[in-house]
Amino acid sequence: MNTAINMQNQSIALSISPSLAKNVRRNIKERLIEFILMLAALSAVFTTFAIVAILLYESLGFFKVVSLVEFFTATEWTPLFEDAHYGIMPLVSGTLTTSAVALAVAVPVGTIGAIYLSEFASHKVREIVKPMLELLVGVPTIAFGYFALLFVTPLLQKIFPELPGFNMLGAGIVMGVMIVPYIASVAEDAMRAVPMSMREGSYAMGATRFQTALRVVTPAAVSGIVAAYILAISRAVGETMVVAVAAGQQPTLTFNPMEGAATITAYIVQVAMGDLPHGSIGYQSIFAAGLVLFVLTLVFNIIGHVVRKKYREQY
Amino acid sequence: MINATTALKAESRELNFFYSNGNQALKSVSMPLYENKITALIGPSGCGKSTFLRCFNRMHDLYPGNKYEGQIVMHPDNTNILEAGVDPIEVRMRISMVFQKPNPFPKSIFENVAYGLRVRGEKNQRTLADKVEEALKGAALWNEVKDRQQDLAFNLSGGQQQRLCIARALATDPEIMLFDEPTSALDPIATANIEELMSELKNKLTILVVTHNMQQAARVSDYTAYMYLGELMEYGDTDTIFTRPTRKETEDYITGKFG
Repeated sequence: MNTAINMQNQSIALSISPSLAKNVRRNIKERLIEFILMLAALSAVFTTFAIVAILLYESLGFFKVVSLVEFFTATEWTPLFEDAHYGIMPLVSGTLTTSAVALAVAVPVGTIGAIYLSEFASHKVREIVKPMLELLVGVPTIAFGYFALLFVTPLLQKIFPELPGFNMLGAGIVMGVMIVPYIASVAEDAMRAVPMSMREGSYAMGATRFQTALRVVTPAAVSGIVAAYILAISRAVGETMVVAVAAGQQPTLTFNPMEGAATITAYIVQVAMGDLPHGSIGYQSIFAAGLVLFVLTLVFNIIGHVVRKKYREQY
Repeated sequence: MINATTALKAESRELNFFYSNGNQALKSVSMPLYENKITALIGPSGCGKSTFLRCFNRMHDLYPGNKYEGQIVMHPDNTNILEAGVDPIEVRMRISMVFQKPNPFPKSIFENVAYGLRVRGEKNQRTLADKVEEALKGAALWNEVKDRQQDLAFNLSGGQQQRLCIARALATDPEIMLFDEPTSALDPIATANIEELMSELKNKLTILVVTHNMQQAARVSDYTAYMYLGELMEYGDTDTIFTRPTRKETEDYITGKFG
């Protein structure tokens, strides 16, 4: 008798009521949505891998002809000349010099701007200035290029009469101005994310606004501020139009911003505009240059990642 | 009831306070603060006790549109710290504050405590080190951190962080220390440590503490003020308030019938 009841109970427990049964259609729909979302996420990853693969593949052809030693030690970059030299260093020096000038402008101006907007500006001022700053991002880079060539360089030539028409100083300065909004905007977001309780703690100790901004808010937001710098470096290293127009097209191994020199990106544009036979060494050289650019930005990004991890926000 | 030998350290006179949205958070609050005593502010959430506390170091000045009316007079110099000509920074130099949630700065333990001194322009390493040690001892934290003063303050436990914040507030030798629910984020043992610390600190300075915890008010304070809807309902020495409150509302709140 008892066992019979148990059996009955079991069969009741095992049968699933229709309202709880698995909804197959809903399941399929969920899976499909998940798949589409994953595809969207992976497309960026695939694109990156494809670019790296093509860079590596085409560079391989280049490095069959040019040894790595020559690539990194030769002081001339003339792949399109009769007497061809394949030293990447002149392009790297141009890239690093223009980027350094740009950062020398953008880092202080951007950081001070961020501190002002986050800690000093009234709500009203911030609401006006920030969108205007972000508008600057929307200006086409070619406009900045001609601004550097036709406005800033002549202005600089009044101070330095021996400055050539194409020079890295003017290009770098304008590039710096272009990058200011990136730093100001990202760093400001990081500073505004610092909790008010931390500021109050500082004010309660008798600190002034300036002391609070500099000694408490800035260190607390340092990881976000570093992220802003890294973004700026990547922008500067990869920037093409401004340097192609205003810094000159002549690869020169120099770190003097008063001279003209080509950057990696400027070289790539220059070659891409000519008609080079597919598979020729000149054609392959742009992939080798592109690979160097890729590694350069990657290194900066990794450094930035490490620094950010080290100074992660902990409130 | 009130001992004739206890000196008045500060008092609020007919204090009104308006937030920038026009809300009147304090209504004509007049209350004394006796020297070397602990005064506790109790009352339900939103009764204005934190608002009242934060008037004492002019914290409301940080947000535009807030308005004070009335006076907070500090003794013995008899100055109204709410007066327009008074620099809030000078006020905060004399009246320090410990917050509800420990809020150490993203700096080393040493630099956290030295902050107030550095802000005041102290550069002498010897003086800084002495003051920091004294403050850490005063906050009963020295033995735990003396060998790792260069560690980041965030590596301390919650209770240690709160004692660090007390050390930070102590390092500048304030006359009054404000505590805004200092133990609400802490466990019972850390709470007991802080309460013991407060009892020791009152030998050196005057304490005003906001608390949600009735037992805490009963344990640590000498005087208790019960606030409700921005008004001071009842004020008296703690024993009297907790055993023979004169007002029905106070009794209801203390016995837990309401609040």
